[in-house]
Amino acid sequence: MPNPFYDRDIVSIRDFTRNDLEYVFSATDKIRSLEASEKSELGKGRTLGYIFYEPSTRTRMSFEAAMASLGGSSIGISDLKSSSVEKGESLADTIRVIDLYSDIIVLRHPMDGSSRFAAELSKNPVINAGSGSEEHPTQALLDLYTILKEKGRIDGLSIAIVGDLKYGRTVYSLLYGLTNYKVNVHLVAPPLLQIRKESIYEVHSKLRIQEHSTLDEILPELDVIYVTRIQKERFPDLQEYEKVRGTYTIDTSTLAKAKPDVSVMHPLPRMDEISHSVDSTKNAVYFRQAGYGKELRAAVLALMLNEKPF
Amino acid sequence: MSDTSQLLVRRIRDGTVIDHIEPGKALVVLRALNITGREGNVITVALNVPSSKHGKKDIIKVENRFLETDETNKLALIAPHATINIIKDYRLVEKRKILLPDSIVGIFKCPNLKCISNSGEEIRSSIDIIDKEKLVLKCRYCTRTLSTDELIF
Repeated sequence: MPNPFYDRDIVSIRDFTRNDLEYVFSATDKIRSLEASEKSELGKGRTLGYIFYEPSTRTRMSFEAAMASLGGSSIGISDLKSSSVEKGESLADTIRVIDLYSDIIVLRHPMDGSSRFAAELSKNPVINAGSGSEEHPTQALLDLYTILKEKGRIDGLSIAIVGDLKYGRTVYSLLYGLTNYKVNVHLVAPPLLQIRKESIYEVHSKLRIQEHSTLDEILPELDVIYVTRIQKERFPDLQEYEKVRGTYTIDTSTLAKAKPDVSVMHPLPRMDEISHSVDSTKNAVYFRQAGYGKELRAAVLALMLNEKPF
Repeated sequence: MSDTSQLLVRRIRDGTVIDHIEPGKALVVLRALNITGREGNVITVALNVPSSKHGKKDIIKVENRFLETDETNKLALIAPHATINIIKDYRLVEKRKILLPDSIVGIFKCPNLKCISNSGEEIRSSIDIIDKEKLVLKCRYCTRTLSTDELIF
């Protein structure tokens, strides 16, 4: 199969077929098996340019670490106060300039569709590292890879996605990615934070979805609990935030009612939605999940930069 | 066209007649087609003309301009029942219905205020019609689905 990621934008996970997903997962396995010296040839002399209009720890650092592991370098802006954005420069102009300095652009921006717009302007490929509450496709790739590695398969699993389903962009990308598999999806959220119907119109025909307001009733059948943070910054009204924060805390008493091997995932950062008492259990997958992120992003970058990387 | 409307709107020699526009929508149609009158052609707009078929209708006559199919198909979401009559030398040479295009660019705004197409960037809105039977639309940028009622000019 030809490399489907070469010189291609990663704006939405909806653009990828199951074959594409399996291709990137197998490339991630390959990256993990390479010696450091072999890996460092894959991005040698290449530059990743990033701009983060919103805060980020894992995504930005894992992209930088991934590019470094390929022998490439990263340049970019994560503090807008020190950039021309602060002077009022448009996103379009910023992208055009970064495009001149880099081989791949990584963008995080608070507006939905921002990466699609950037990809239209840029000659070099654009990676969406979070576009408003729309999508975060590389997070979904690493989430799916984590499920595959932890459970050995994705088909046939019961997966609950819990928490902020309205504003959480990782939720939408994960749902879109899961449409390539035969899974049972349970969406668990308080009424204020339920999934946006206008963003999953095409998902319903491809995925079995059930919606719930509590987790207890479905706990015994779940293989994966994907917990998301109730995002304070997405609430126009802080009083509404206070009403729902901590609504679905996962702790050891939650785990006691679930399958012994249930995997608890989280895109991080977490607040109080997963108790620290869960961290030491075998069910806690979230830190390994973040670890897979660097290797998966290295695989994605290697595939985008090289027609035949391996 | 009924006799009454004939009295209200004069015949044209060359140009386009947009007939059977839903009553009250003619001004929106003008805007969608970017018909401003600045080019100097005579443009006649009739609102709430009595119609034997629909009770009332709006009519637009644009003289000396022959609207192309690509242009008039933009009206699919505003005036789906309108008919386009191309007139040459007082004779009807083409009569066509409006067909739903696959997408409509630069006319409607996405209702999602957090969509990049509403950000003030140099960007043209683009609305795809993903289900022509149920009239389900999708913003090409934020990818949210919407109904025709939610479209913003």
